[in-house]
Amino acid sequence: MELLRLLLRNALRHKLRSVLTVLGVSIAVMAFALLRTVVTAWHAGVDASAANRLITRHAISFVFPLPLAYKNRIEQVPGVERVTYAVWFSGVYIDKNQFFARLAVDSETFFDLYPEFVIDKEQFEAFRRERNACVIGIDLVRRYNLKIGDIMNVEGDAFPGQWEFVVRAIYRPRDQTVDPANMLFHYNYVQERVRQEMPQRSGLVGWYIERISKSANPADVSEAVDGLFENSHAETKTETERAFQQNFLSSASAVITAMNVMSFVIIGIILLVVGNTMIMSARERTHEYAVLKALGFSWPQLFFLIAGESFILSLAGSALGLLVTFPAVQGFRSALPKGWFPIFYIKPETIVFGCAAGLFVGLAASIIPMRRILNTRIVEGLRHVG
Amino acid sequence: MGQKYTSAIHEVGSVTERPFIEIRNLSKSYRRDSFEIPVLRNISFVVAEGDFVAFMGPSGSGKTTLLNLIAGLDKPTEGRILIAGTDITELNETELAVWRSRIVGFIFQFYNLIPVLTAVENVELPLMLTPLAKKERRAHAETALRIVGLGDRTQHYPRQLSGGQEQRVAIARAIATDPAILVADEPTGDLDKASAEEVLELMDRLNRELRKTILMVTHDPRAAEKARSVRNLEKGELI
Repeated sequence: MELLRLLLRNALRHKLRSVLTVLGVSIAVMAFALLRTVVTAWHAGVDASAANRLITRHAISFVFPLPLAYKNRIEQVPGVERVTYAVWFSGVYIDKNQFFARLAVDSETFFDLYPEFVIDKEQFEAFRRERNACVIGIDLVRRYNLKIGDIMNVEGDAFPGQWEFVVRAIYRPRDQTVDPANMLFHYNYVQERVRQEMPQRSGLVGWYIERISKSANPADVSEAVDGLFENSHAETKTETERAFQQNFLSSASAVITAMNVMSFVIIGIILLVVGNTMIMSARERTHEYAVLKALGFSWPQLFFLIAGESFILSLAGSALGLLVTFPAVQGFRSALPKGWFPIFYIKPETIVFGCAAGLFVGLAASIIPMRRILNTRIVEGLRHVG
Repeated sequence: MGQKYTSAIHEVGSVTERPFIEIRNLSKSYRRDSFEIPVLRNISFVVAEGDFVAFMGPSGSGKTTLLNLIAGLDKPTEGRILIAGTDITELNETELAVWRSRIVGFIFQFYNLIPVLTAVENVELPLMLTPLAKKERRAHAETALRIVGLGDRTQHYPRQLSGGQEQRVAIARAIATDPAILVADEPTGDLDKASAEEVLELMDRLNRELRKTILMVTHDPRAAEKARSVRNLEKGELI
């Protein structure tokens, strides 16, 4: 008879209580992982940010455009390797519930700065040749059952009118952190109509993106770029892509903080669930532990029995919870409006964190019962009626 | 252990004159809030190796406390307890635990078996503290169960046994490591007459044939009759 066998039998001694504890832990771990996944999705843009890219926008607000003429001047700044630009096109595809980014980009330079959008060479050439062509992410292909040659009709709002784009290329994200649901088309195509219908808005871009050299200091380059346009009618604010994405998140920071706090509150709840079970179990077995102590069992052996049982319950619950998280995340994603979170996946860190939480809870939940058992004198334990 | 038991079982036990357990000026008191409650007062006596001593006395006379002190389950307030030359009052908790596992076998009134373990697994428990290999432990445990007449009940759980059988499993557990001393606290207190007789008979055999020194607390005069000597306690003093 090994001590492990006694541990396992103790863990299953009150089957209903053990099952309920494991279920309680698994539900809490699932909720924890789901919350972490939502927080991850919110931070996806930040995570995908490249360290060598800067974003230059209007100093007052992102919604104000910048002159296209800035491009040549930015290119002259030491440390800047390449510059591209983009415009937030917005618009409505099918209906207003279809969320995905629709951007007018400089097709000659944009994809050079964003190698994470992996496009077949031939498809890319076809896109470059056709003025109303567009590149779409693989997620849009799946979501709307699109293929090369299909027409996508977008009703303009920021750029009013009916816009027709032909799908000529499909990009695949290089990794899970890259948004697979963008629609990108030629800035020049948009400008053609803007010049005719809204001439006052021609020659403007939403923001610039600069790729800087490895040796360049982002802060110095940012300062130099903004210095170029100081006291102009459109002053700029340049920052790293990460800082730019984080600014986007700042509006939702309270919600994200609340979710972060909640995810750790859940760890506390798991601790209470397992701790309660362990305290009850240890109390009921005070007499038995006293017998073991009388027989000569040492505190490490008793610790193995108590903490081991706690570990088994919390790890079983964590494993089950993480297993259930995968379908839960899929269900959550499908319940949201299409494209709400284009990047929505369980990060390996979430799994590791879930397991670590299980281990921590297993250990922490055994501390109180362990202390009680060790501090109970054998003669008192033998008198105890559980 | 199996061979040792089988050969020893045919020997006729005897009591040596050499003091095996020596109690000197032993006192024990408990503190309840600000009150000091004396339980044992200045007790001294010796027990020879191979003796079978019954402690009798009214409830609250200190019998169980005395037994717990001799078995190293509790610490005295004053006095010394010398067992086979070792002053156990000077041992710390860890040393005392090791000492108990080697020297003392316990028989409790309510058997105190682990309900989720089979009879043989319960008997194996104290053997887990020895360097014996798994197979040897199992062999020792089965031998101990055969000695107490439960060789055919090895795989039974405590709930599947009668009270008398449970107590015999507890006795098998107590002798599994071949301890020098068996302490029994009201071993027949929870048994019917027939089962009590069987258990007392078994303890008598362990004393005579295996030369175990047995210290037994009992209220039952018939149980005390099995002992070689009887010591009476009253109000914490030997009379």
